[in-house]
Order: sequence, then structure tokens, then C-alpha cells
Amino acid sequence: MVPATVASLEGVTKRYANGTLAVRGVDLAVQRGDFVSLLGPSGCGKSTVLRMMAGLIAPSSGRIEVAGGGETGDIGFVFQEPTLMPWSSALKNVMLPLRLAGMARAEAERRARAALDSVGLAGFEGSYPRALSGGMKMRVSIARALVTKPRLLLMDEPFAALDEITRHKLNNDLLKLWEAERFTAVFVTHSVFESVYLSRRIVVMAARPGRVVEDLAVDAPYPRGESFRTSAEYAAHCRDISQALDRAMGT
Amino acid sequence: MTVTLSANEAADAPEENRAARYAGLTAEGWFRILAPTLIGVLALVGWEAVVRINEIPPYLLPGPLEVWRALIREWPSLSVSLLVTLQITFAALFVAATLGLLLSVLFAQSRIIEMSLFPYAVILQVTPVVAIAPLIIIWVDDIRLALLICAWIVAFFPILSNTTLGLNSADQNLTDLFRLYRASRWQVLRRLRLPTAMPYFLAGLRISGGLALIGAIVAEFVAGTGGRASGLAYRILEAGYQLQIPKMFAALVLVSLTGIAIFLAMSLISHLALRHWHESALKDRR
Ligand SMILES: Nc1ncnc2c1ncn2[C@@H]1O[C@H](COP(=O)(O)OP(=O)(O)O)[C@@H](O)[C@H]1O
Ligand SMILES: [Mg+2]
Repeated sequence: MVPATVASLEGVTKRYANGTLAVRGVDLAVQRGDFVSLLGPSGCGKSTVLRMMAGLIAPSSGRIEVAGGGETGDIGFVFQEPTLMPWSSALKNVMLPLRLAGMARAEAERRARAALDSVGLAGFEGSYPRALSGGMKMRVSIARALVTKPRLLLMDEPFAALDEITRHKLNNDLLKLWEAERFTAVFVTHSVFESVYLSRRIVVMAARPGRVVEDLAVDAPYPRGESFRTSAEYAAHCRDISQALDRAMGT
Repeated sequence: MTVTLSANEAADAPEENRAARYAGLTAEGWFRILAPTLIGVLALVGWEAVVRINEIPPYLLPGPLEVWRALIREWPSLSVSLLVTLQITFAALFVAATLGLLLSVLFAQSRIIEMSLFPYAVILQVTPVVAIAPLIIIWVDDIRLALLICAWIVAFFPILSNTTLGLNSADQNLTDLFRLYRASRWQVLRRLRLPTAMPYFLAGLRISGGLALIGAIVAEFVAGTGGRASGLAYRILEAGYQLQIPKMFAALVLVSLTGIAIFLAMSLISHLALRHWHESALKDRR
């Protein structure tokens, strides 16, 4: 496959209205089908970069291009909190992006059921968010982001609030979905282990001002599973990335 | 591809309340009904006993049985008045709810409209209704319409302010999500802001229900002192002039019962509307 750029940032700087310089001079090109993690300490502008890619906020200067970003549903976004509508069932929550785009109810429902099924939630269509566990709510959130078949899936520390066991399971399931649906993933995390396990490429950021300091490849093959998690290769990558993170936080 | 739910996640899901039910209510539910009822019965028995033992004459303090007899005896005139008060109260509540909702939606569309009009809603709220009721009763010929306006003035504000607050309380991330999918203003209002405002609106409705009754009663008193017949408050005045104290109590009992009924009705509406999702409807769960 010829790598095509799905999203590119050139010299992107963001200064918020209150004067905070969140990121400065960020260059980043994300290739089609890649799994990229943005790793860095709190406040280094990871969320800011992600939200600019989604078009939720505008950069103060620099250029951002997202292929197909003009179409609704071409970008999926998963927040740290599940961000579900508590007054709607899981099914209705997943139908939302399609309904907002004007799709007929029956067709939207068919696709939403399929999306819920694909994240392992068949049978929970009628459940309201309050009856679901944290992990299940996050699955609904992922199903909602994937229901439009986005080219680009942006995730902002989606599993940070989950317990370790659930987090491992969701990491595995996310990789399965990624391999099956071939979307491009940009995943924000502050966990070295999570970023190594998931990604093909790790972009390390530093704070004050937020900027990209290192760009490292994790060249282990997919599918990755528990054997990868316990391999020497994994440990070596974790050590390298930890050191890169230390350097980022030291400078 | 086989993505499945882990037992760990399923085990974490909150469980619905499985407490045993007796005739549709949990033990706690029955206790909530029976305990206050018992207190009420004890109070009535004590009241009757005090009146009988001390031989208090009915024109000073009638016992509950005497009040009950007055209620039966005077039912023809009291029931007519009750109906008038109920009509005014519910009409005022309905208008307050409709106008409050519409106006808050208007406020939610633009900060400028909100900032220009909200102070006037506050003025309407802080002006005591007894002070303006005489004017309104003079200006408006139809006595029922005049009373309705008074009750509406009292009932309107909680709905307006609560709903306005609710419409502005949409979750920031959900708002971003709607923006990501390029939702129209109308879609955001219908699918995000109005549902978010629902519990706020219902809380306002619960307060306004009681206030509408108070507004109606106060306005009836004002009208009654001017000699114009209307609802239950007029009967209280009338009975007072005629020293028919048991009848006065009977009318008072009807006012209280009406207030309780309105509160229960609003609570029920609120519960039915929110039972699937809102924390306030989770009370009876563990
Ligand atoms: N809306 C905002 N207004 C002002 N400052 C903000 C805003 N959002 C984030 N910031 C600031 O920008 C910096 C980067 O924030 P963020 O992108 O959230 O970092 P991260 O996600 O890496 O923790 C922080 O210093 C944060 O306080
Ligand atoms: Mg963040």
C-alpha cells in the first residue's frame, strides 16, 4: 500500500484566548492505516493537537489538513469520559451521528446494531448508560465513533479511567477493530505501556510550550497479543520510550 | 473477528434494584407511606381528644370530626369553590410552564435577549403578588382571568430560571461531539439542550405547582375582601365573617389537600419522565 497522508500539521501553534501557549510549531503527518500514539506528560498539548485535528478548535497559526475532513462522519472522536447521552439507550447513542447526518431511522438503527455487535455489546442495545459499567460505556462510545466508518479515529486517553484488567481487554479489542476496519488511529495516552502495545508509531511531546520532541517506531508485527505483552521486544520498546519520555520531561 | 465483553466489565455493571415488592411497592416504599399516615392519624386522635376533654367550643377550635361533618354539610358550595381554585391553579401552571419553556428557549438562542429580558422576569418575581393583585383585579374585568394572571406571575419564574439554567448546562464534550458531526442549531436544541434541561424544568414545575396554588389563593383573598366571590379562599373569608369556624377549617383542609395532590402529581410526572436516566430517579436503588 502506498502511504498516503490522512492528516498533516505544519508549523501548528495554538495560543488560547487567555494567553496560554498550548503548543508551538508542531509538524506531524499521519499516514493512512497507521496507529499513532501521542505520548507526553499532562499539559503538553496532546488534547489540543487532537482537537485541532478534529476541527473542534482552530490553530492560531500553521496549517492543518485532514483528508476528507470536509465530510461529516469522516472523523470519529472518543473522549476520556464515555460522553454518552444519559437519556438515551445505547442503541440511540450509537445512532446519533447517523441521525444527525439525516439518515433514515431504520437504516441508522441497522448500522448502530452492527456497530454495537462489533464492540461486543450485542444484547445491550436497550440499556441506558447508567446500567452499564465504565468499560461497557467506553465500548458504546467507540461504537458511536465507528458507526460512520470514519477514515480517522481520534482518541483522547479513552481508557485512562478504567481498571487495569478492563483496560487490557479494551486495548486488545481496539486492535482487533483497527485490523478489521482499517481506519487510521491517533491515540492520546500518558501510559508508556499502552502506547507501545497499541501503536506502530509513538510521537513524544514535551510541555511548556507543548511541542513534538521525538518520533519513534514500534516495528513489532500485528496481531499483537498477550505473547507480545510479555516479550523481551516489548520490554525493550517500553524502556526506549520511557527514556524518550524522561528526556522530554527533562528538557 | 471476535470482540467480546469480558466478565470483569459485565460484573461491574450497576444492578437494578431487586428488592422484594409487596403489592407493587418495596418495603421502604410502604414505610414512606405508612409512617407519615400513622403520625397523621395520631395527631387527629390527639386533636379530637384535646377538644373533647377541654370542652373547647367549635367556634374556637372544632375537632376533626366536626370539621369532617362541616365538609359533608357544606360540600355543595365548597365543591364549586374547589373546582374554581383548581381550574385557576392548573390553568396558571399550564401557562407558566408553556411560556416559561418557550421564553427560556428564546433566551438560550441569544445572550443578548437573555440579558435584556431576564431582569424583568426577576422584577415580576420579586414584586409581592398581594401588592399588585388589587390592580390586576381592577384592570381585568373577568375575575377568573385576573386570578389566573396573579397565580401565573407567582408560578412563572422558577420554571423560566430553572429551564434557562438547564438549557445552558449541556455537557461540554457532548456539545463538541455535536459540533464534530455538524449538527444544526435545531438538532443541538432538540437532541442535546432540551433533554439536558428536562430535569431542571421538572424541578421548576414541582416548585411552581405549589406556588400557583399559593398565588391563586392570595389573589382570591384580595378579590374576596373586595366582595367578589371566587374559590376556596373566598369561602374561608366568608366563613370567617359568619363565624362558621368548622366550615373555615373544612375549606382549609381542601386547600391543603389540593397542595399535596399537586405536589404528588408533579413528583409522579417527574419520576415517570426521568426514571430511565436521571440520578434523582435512582433514589430507591442501592
Ligand atoms: N480552553 C483552554 N483555554 C486555555 N488554556 C487551555 C485550554 N485548554 C487547555 N489549555 C491549556 O493548554 C495546555 C495544554 O493542554 P492540553 O492540550 O489539554 O494538554 P494535555 O491533553 O496534554 O494534558 C495546558 O497548559 C492547559 O492548561
Ligand atoms: Mg488531555
